[in-house]
Amino acid sequence: MNIHEFQAKQLFAQFGVPVPNGKEIKTPLAAEKWAEKLNAPVYVVKAQIHAGGRGKAGGVKITKNRAEVPGLAKELLGQTLVTHQTGPKGRKVRRLLIEEGAGIAKELYLSLLVDRDSGWPVFIASTEGGMEIEEVAAHTPEKVLKELIDPAVGFQGYNGRNLAFGLGLPGLEPTIMGPFITMLGNLYRLFMEKNASMVEINPLVITTDKKLIALDGKVSFDDSALFKHVDVQAMRDLHEEEPLEVEATSNNLNYVKLDGNIGCMVNGAGLAMATMDVIKLAGSEPANFLDVGGGATKETVAAGFRILLKDRNVKGIFINIFGGIVRCERIAHGVIEAAKEVQIKLPVVVRLQGTNAEEGRKLLLESGLKVDVATDLWEAAQKIVAMTGKKRKKVEAAAS
Amino acid sequence: MSILVNKNTRVVVQGITGKEGSFHATQCKAYGTQVVAGVTPGKAGQEVEGIPVFNTVRDAVRKTQCDTSLIFVPPPFAADAILEAAEAGIRLVICITEGIPVNDMVKVKRALRGRDVRLIGPNCPGIITADECKIGIMPGFIHKKGRVGVISRSGTLTYEAVNQLTMLGLGETTCIGIGGDPIIGTGYIDLLALFEKDPETEAVVMIGEIGGDAEDRAAAFIKQNIRKPVISFIAGITAPPGRRMGHAGAIITGGKGTAAEKMAVLEAAGVRVVRNPAEIGMAVQEALSPRCGV
Ligand SMILES: Nc1ncnc2c1ncn2[C@@H]1O[C@H](COP(=O)(O)OP(=O)(O)O)[C@@H](O)[C@H]1O
Ligand SMILES: [Mg+2]
Repeated sequence: MNIHEFQAKQLFAQFGVPVPNGKEIKTPLAAEKWAEKLNAPVYVVKAQIHAGGRGKAGGVKITKNRAEVPGLAKELLGQTLVTHQTGPKGRKVRRLLIEEGAGIAKELYLSLLVDRDSGWPVFIASTEGGMEIEEVAAHTPEKVLKELIDPAVGFQGYNGRNLAFGLGLPGLEPTIMGPFITMLGNLYRLFMEKNASMVEINPLVITTDKKLIALDGKVSFDDSALFKHVDVQAMRDLHEEEPLEVEATSNNLNYVKLDGNIGCMVNGAGLAMATMDVIKLAGSEPANFLDVGGGATKETVAAGFRILLKDRNVKGIFINIFGGIVRCERIAHGVIEAAKEVQIKLPVVVRLQGTNAEEGRKLLLESGLKVDVATDLWEAAQKIVAMTGKKRKKVEAAAS
Repeated sequence: MSILVNKNTRVVVQGITGKEGSFHATQCKAYGTQVVAGVTPGKAGQEVEGIPVFNTVRDAVRKTQCDTSLIFVPPPFAADAILEAAEAGIRLVICITEGIPVNDMVKVKRALRGRDVRLIGPNCPGIITADECKIGIMPGFIHKKGRVGVISRSGTLTYEAVNQLTMLGLGETTCIGIGGDPIIGTGYIDLLALFEKDPETEAVVMIGEIGGDAEDRAAAFIKQNIRKPVISFIAGITAPPGRRMGHAGAIITGGKGTAAEKMAVLEAAGVRVVRNPAEIGMAVQEALSPRCGV
């Protein structure tokens, strides 16, 4: 789960990580009032969307003139911001963060996540703040520092010193050493206590008055640990999520919307991805990822149909089930029952394999439903693609 | 032969009185696995399908000499269950549970470091040695004793591959689901090394997916250490970046961990990479046919 910058900064403040004085704002009027109260030499008005790259896309406005703040707020609110992280559709701005502007002497990069190889948390830091860390890693890998934290003992002073000296902080601003190391310890605490999956500060700045401050903040949380944190759950912003995905989650389905036109419904995440891949190989594009999980029942299948059919791009449906513990004849019943509840006018191919596949196929064939039944994965994929029409360009790509 | 588990493996099921635990303990036993004990705190003295239940893993070990644990404990308590098994002297812990908090696994993995215990999973279908023992949730009947070892990050996709191997008459030695989480107990490399040494395993199927760089590291290892043919499929060539595809570990971050990149690295290491998941079995057959050689 992701949260907004203003929420990340609230968390930072709670854990003793310095942030600019700022507030979440939803209207130009509130902007005017807050600017008056803030009474700062410089005001920064920042669009709050779950995507980075706002600065370059015009989502961060800076002014010394307090009177301009409401106008800037008005300009940003309701605007659809397109950054390199939002995709071409962009994101609608519904909230702002209005904060005090900082005099920037130096921009740094800092993040914390779990290193998958070692299974240890790792700080990543760089003197190249404000840039995309992937870019820095690609062009100047020597400028990206990594410091693994032993989870048995947690963050230690030496971890902090390794990073501080590695970044050359004494040369940049000697008085910043202590606050920097304290801040790393606080971030580690936040990370572990709140079950974050990533904390990123880009840029972390040294100000002209020699202070260390987080000018941006991004925090994502481990979905598997949300049950531990009611306060984190409360920060969820459904506007930032795809409505069909929200609906799927509430039905215990794992759904990711894509741009193709073959809707697919599969049991198991790996097989669901493989099914998307096979649709592409057969010459079309998948409309989604959908894992109905191990307990696929009539209810989950029906919910799956409803979600697939709400996607206007979907021109055909491919159900791919490998029966293990889930028996295929149960799935077949589920499809038949669900098809009664949900009007399906699109072509449907059901591929059943594994436990009781034969029975399942028979049930479907005798049901009078207009579905095509298949045994083999490749045969099934080709069928649904043939029924919905190939995408020409993609065929060549797949054939090569 | 086989790797890790065989007909002599003595299994304790943690969480045996739960819905999942009791169902699968029964299924494993029916397959021929020696399921000798179950554990549910507070339920000692009960039986599940003739399997005695104990309060603690320590008691189960003492009374039944079980050496392998199969865990169905719910996510909030699963880390505790893994550590309990390790502490009680279990040598192989197989954790099926999906949705364990990552930080819990960070601590578990650290605690197991340097100890004489192997963890498989979590978030995996388990492990099966065909016709000998099934310690997991996979459908037993698709497996047939044979020549191919299988290592996979997925569940049903593994069944797909196994089914192809069985239908083609190739059969399997041992199949291991290593799990779809970002932090798992055992990765490809240890298992590839075990398969390389196993005289009955003639080829290895490696089923990967987007996210992380475990496949890249496996590729480097294969190039140096594995002489048997390795056949691989990587799921998620159509997966968009930045989105978690079902498995907690299946996500392309910062442009890293794409299927295309993994396929290229594996291919460069001499692995046969299959683009079409329906052709995994055929590719193994080709690799094992005498005309091709290695
Ligand atoms: N409070 C602030 N004071 C001064 N400059 C700021 C402030 N907040 C942001 N900036 C400037 O705007 C740039 C972009 O803002 P940031 O919060 O990093 O958004 P994004 O990463 O989405 O572009 C920063 O790199 C910094 O130079
Ligand atoms: Mg930024």
